[in-house]
Amino acid sequence: MEYVIEMLDIRKEFGNFVANDNITLQLKKGEIHALLGENGAGKSTLMNVLFGLYQPEGGEIRVRGEKVAISNPNIANNLGIGMVHQHFMLVENLTVTENIILGNEPKKMGIINIQDAAKKVAEISKLYGLNVDPYAKIADISVGMQQRVEILKTLYRGAEILIFDEPTASLTPQEIDELFIIMKKLIEENKSIILITHKLQEIMDVTDRVTVIRKGQGIGTVITSETNPEELATLMVGRQVIFKTEKGPAFPADEVLHIENLVVEDYRGVSKVKGLNLSVRKGEIVGIAGIDGNGQSELIEAITGLRKVKEGKISINGKDITGKRPREITEIGLGHIPQDRHKHGLVLEFSVGYNAALQSYYHEPYSKKGIMNYKVVSEKAKKIIDTYDVRTQGEHEPARALSGGNQQKLIIGREVERDPDLLIAALPTRGLDVGAIEFIHKRLIEQRDNGKAVLLISFELDEVMNVSDRIAVIYDGQIVDTVNPSETTEQELGLLMAGHQKSEMIVVGDEVVLKEGEDPNVE
Amino acid sequence: MRKSKLGLALAMMLVIGGLLGACGTDKGKEKDEGATGSSEVNENAVSVAMVTDTGGVDDKSFNQSAWKGIEEYGKKNGLEKGDGGYDYLQSNDASEYASNLNRLVRRDFDVVYGIGFLLKDAIETIAKENPDAMFGLVDEESDVENVASIMFKEQEGAFLAGAAAALMTKSDKIGFVGGMEIPVIERFHAGFVAGVAAVNPDIKVDVQYTGNFDKAEDGKAAANRMYTSGVDIIFHAAGGTGNGVFSEAKERKAANPDEYIWVIGVDSDQYDEGQVGDHNITLTSMLKRVDLSVMSVAELAEKDEFPGGEITRYGIAEGMIELADSRGAIPQDILDKIDELSKKIVDGEIEVPEDPKQ
Amino acid sequence: MSNRVINLLVPVISIILGLIVGAIVMIFSGYDPVTAYIALWNGIFGDAYAIGETIRQISPYILAGLAVAFAFRAGLFNIGVEGQLIVGWFAAAYVGSAFDLPKIIHLPFALIAAALAGALWGLVPGILKAALRVHEVIVTIMMNYIALHVVNALIKTVSGSYKTEKIHETASLRSEFLSNITDYSTLHYGILVALAMVGVMWFLLDKTKTGYELKSVGFNEHASQYAGMNVNRNIVLSMVISGAFAGLAGSMEALGTFGYLANLGGFTGIGFDGIAVALLGANTPLGVIFGASLFGSLKYGAGNMPNEAGVPTEIVSIIIALIIFFVASGYIIRVILNRVNKKKGAK
Repeated sequence: MEYVIEMLDIRKEFGNFVANDNITLQLKKGEIHALLGENGAGKSTLMNVLFGLYQPEGGEIRVRGEKVAISNPNIANNLGIGMVHQHFMLVENLTVTENIILGNEPKKMGIINIQDAAKKVAEISKLYGLNVDPYAKIADISVGMQQRVEILKTLYRGAEILIFDEPTASLTPQEIDELFIIMKKLIEENKSIILITHKLQEIMDVTDRVTVIRKGQGIGTVITSETNPEELATLMVGRQVIFKTEKGPAFPADEVLHIENLVVEDYRGVSKVKGLNLSVRKGEIVGIAGIDGNGQSELIEAITGLRKVKEGKISINGKDITGKRPREITEIGLGHIPQDRHKHGLVLEFSVGYNAALQSYYHEPYSKKGIMNYKVVSEKAKKIIDTYDVRTQGEHEPARALSGGNQQKLIIGREVERDPDLLIAALPTRGLDVGAIEFIHKRLIEQRDNGKAVLLISFELDEVMNVSDRIAVIYDGQIVDTVNPSETTEQELGLLMAGHQKSEMIVVGDEVVLKEGEDPNVE
Repeated sequence: MRKSKLGLALAMMLVIGGLLGACGTDKGKEKDEGATGSSEVNENAVSVAMVTDTGGVDDKSFNQSAWKGIEEYGKKNGLEKGDGGYDYLQSNDASEYASNLNRLVRRDFDVVYGIGFLLKDAIETIAKENPDAMFGLVDEESDVENVASIMFKEQEGAFLAGAAAALMTKSDKIGFVGGMEIPVIERFHAGFVAGVAAVNPDIKVDVQYTGNFDKAEDGKAAANRMYTSGVDIIFHAAGGTGNGVFSEAKERKAANPDEYIWVIGVDSDQYDEGQVGDHNITLTSMLKRVDLSVMSVAELAEKDEFPGGEITRYGIAEGMIELADSRGAIPQDILDKIDELSKKIVDGEIEVPEDPKQ
Repeated sequence: MSNRVINLLVPVISIILGLIVGAIVMIFSGYDPVTAYIALWNGIFGDAYAIGETIRQISPYILAGLAVAFAFRAGLFNIGVEGQLIVGWFAAAYVGSAFDLPKIIHLPFALIAAALAGALWGLVPGILKAALRVHEVIVTIMMNYIALHVVNALIKTVSGSYKTEKIHETASLRSEFLSNITDYSTLHYGILVALAMVGVMWFLLDKTKTGYELKSVGFNEHASQYAGMNVNRNIVLSMVISGAFAGLAGSMEALGTFGYLANLGGFTGIGFDGIAVALLGANTPLGVIFGASLFGSLKYGAGNMPNEAGVPTEIVSIIIALIIFFVASGYIIRVILNRVNKKKGAK
């Protein structure tokens, strides 16, 4: 079979750092080929080389058998290579068509012919089953639709080879399924696809072959049907990974967190949490499942005291914390792993040691009568580094220099070491690789086993289902249902997250689907 | 131009007489020749130098006038610019006054001048540290033994300027733009208002202090307000700030050549400042002959008569205060009236107040 | 080349480059750069008097630099140092002349008055920022003008003249001893006050709980808020402390250099130069000493260039600006050095 793209022995250096150490990737015509690796393994660098953004120090690139030099993205475009970026590059207040032709407007005597372009967009959309309205404004369509616009953009420009950069990161389970259908349709129409991801299940579901890279080196290419997630994980991380987080049964005891009729407004004064009730007990992990923007952030900020409570009551261990300041709530027994670790979890310019003291610097022994004792801070930091396996050059290294996983370990170490009764973990594994995810999940379960209450907020259904003892589904500012992870399915959760009632669903074989007459796209 | 100015000075001095005045006149004549022809080296000449205030040596006002006096004294006596001759240092900041004075003392200049009231403290400090050196202080009074204080009776000249303005105005509205509200400027203010009142007590003088000497934009704003309110003649005593008064008047004149507006200049003859196309909006200037006073003190030092510890007040009688040639802007009959007033001041018939509150 | 060598080389090369470009400017304008630079050198280090005056000039720069740097470290851009300095100058001059007290009380009293006045002037933008999120740059700029005109009005009200009364000997920082060893320069004890404040800033930032919070808020307001710090309190506090440093800078002029405050026609410029001083010193206490020394020496020494070499002040200003420009762009030189280094390494 012919290769449409061959990247042979590609080498890319940044100073003394080798980002790609003689990596080979060969893409067959009409296949979906996964590029798998941990964060920082060199996936993006390799694709940027292919897309003409970086020039390699060694190796060669062949497109349809011919050796090419791709010195800028325009050359890549002309060769039929298109990239669907993880972060969409769309202008919010322009229409779909306007976005697609942006930078490449079809002009007749200096006047843009929108109608023709829209017609062409509609044709392509129909051919691949994308179902995109050419005249819709980007701001008005869903994230899944926006991604399709990105796909359309590459197709409109004549791409034969599509690179998908972590395309499922922000999609709901239903949207992911639909994306995979589109990808298969593209293959039928003779396109070839490279899928960049670190999600193993997706690879198993949709790809033909997988090329694994680890720490800048090509580990090899395997045929998907001949491998399994465990093997892929081992290849990626370089050691055995316990894939499914092991945990014993939960023994929930007294209630720690109690929320009653909570109403919280966002900064514009729009209610985001609308009469929410929730309870978390000692010795259990409650997972909040939901699509981003359904009030999760406001809920966390209300519990932690960062946002005013409009109505309702929150208590921890029976103590009313409504309206208390963040530090008072912390003192009552709250630990918080914020969803944005760079913005809220760490002071990146501070050293690891300083960050380790961020929640406890103000009391003894870290400071006494207003004078800091940095010796004690350092010792504490060293302990966290050891206990939580934070890979760093030492407690004096700036937090910025740490990888995402190690930054997160540092935050978890800091919070858990304070021994809080309630630990809130918001998207604790976002953007992390399997090794770090495994570690963090273990720690959360350990907290539970020590009799603490854990509230987990995540957009990843895998994570919620694996780690939680109970799943509370949040939709439009309310907990719409609470399910037991062992008694639910991804489909059921997905539908609940989209605002459907259990009463609207029926089980057909292994699948949970909506009863007839219920439109799955209704929100 | 210069000749005619000197001529005027000469004429006035001859009329007035008086010891210092006569002395200045002779020297003035001599200097005029000295500046053009080759000069003989005067064995007795003293080396002279000055420190400017923050206005700088080209402020078109009294720093410049003082430097002109020093230059002319030097050239007349065959001195060279530099060590042992004559020189100046410019101060960009108040903290430089003392250092600059000290630098000149260390270069062994015989007489070192501090130009402007702001230099008083610095000059007193340095003078006490160097009791053998001679210092001249312009516009302030000092009782330190080796400091000669050079003061002017600005109110006398301002009185004449006020009279001229009152006789020339058509709108019966006259303006005064002052720099900082300090005694020197208040003397201008007091004399000007008194001069106006002497001619016509009903005329209202619009007085505004800008609070600085180096912000032309403030002067322009003040002039704009006054002209707009109907004022037709503005007298400024605001150094560099006053340049803004001129630019405002010139802009108005350029836009409407028929508009009847004038500016009265200060310290030096500001006729050149007022030229706009074929017109000139400078009515006259109140001359404060810092140049002559500086030369006069140097000449006294030359004769071992340096007036250290003394305060010398120069006025119309000494030929140090006068109005510049109006080049026809003021009709002869009005000039005659001004001359009359001038004589009355010299004779003591009119006593001009120093404080505007009087 | 090790990093340490590069760290040492960068400022040296920067200054040399500035001098070279300055020399080109002088050659083109017809002045002898060698004589001019000798004059500059003599103006700074030439004799005991010059050294005394240079150090005297450095003192307010250190304090103004500390004021800017301190606010910077807490994430605030205090452009109001100029105004805070002016009110501090007035407060010190007023206290110095209006009271009759023994030196042991009078001098500290005058210094504290200056610090408090500056702090008050910093408090206003601090509160506005904390309470209403009004940007401190706008407020501090306006506070500069308010300070200038309020102080000018106060001078007139209090003394009835264009300047304040001369301060009493008991409030003076002047020292016969320092003056004598520097050939009657105006060197005063202000430099000790400035250096002490360098120590205070270092201690405050690096040793205290407050310093930890201020730095944290400065780097990342959000994370600090999540960690339960009172961000608003820290904003106000840092502006107050910054203003106090600036006020002390004003006291250098009131109690040391001048002994009074005369009606100000415009800004002194020290507060604005403080921004450059702080940036040159990378906002660290020790760095501020370096930045202030550079600024102070150049500013004082430059005065000798017209004196000894006859270079007009306008050209001198250009040359001084060039030197500072090159020192400030040391980053570029660092990049070039690193590149040269790398090429050598590759061979």
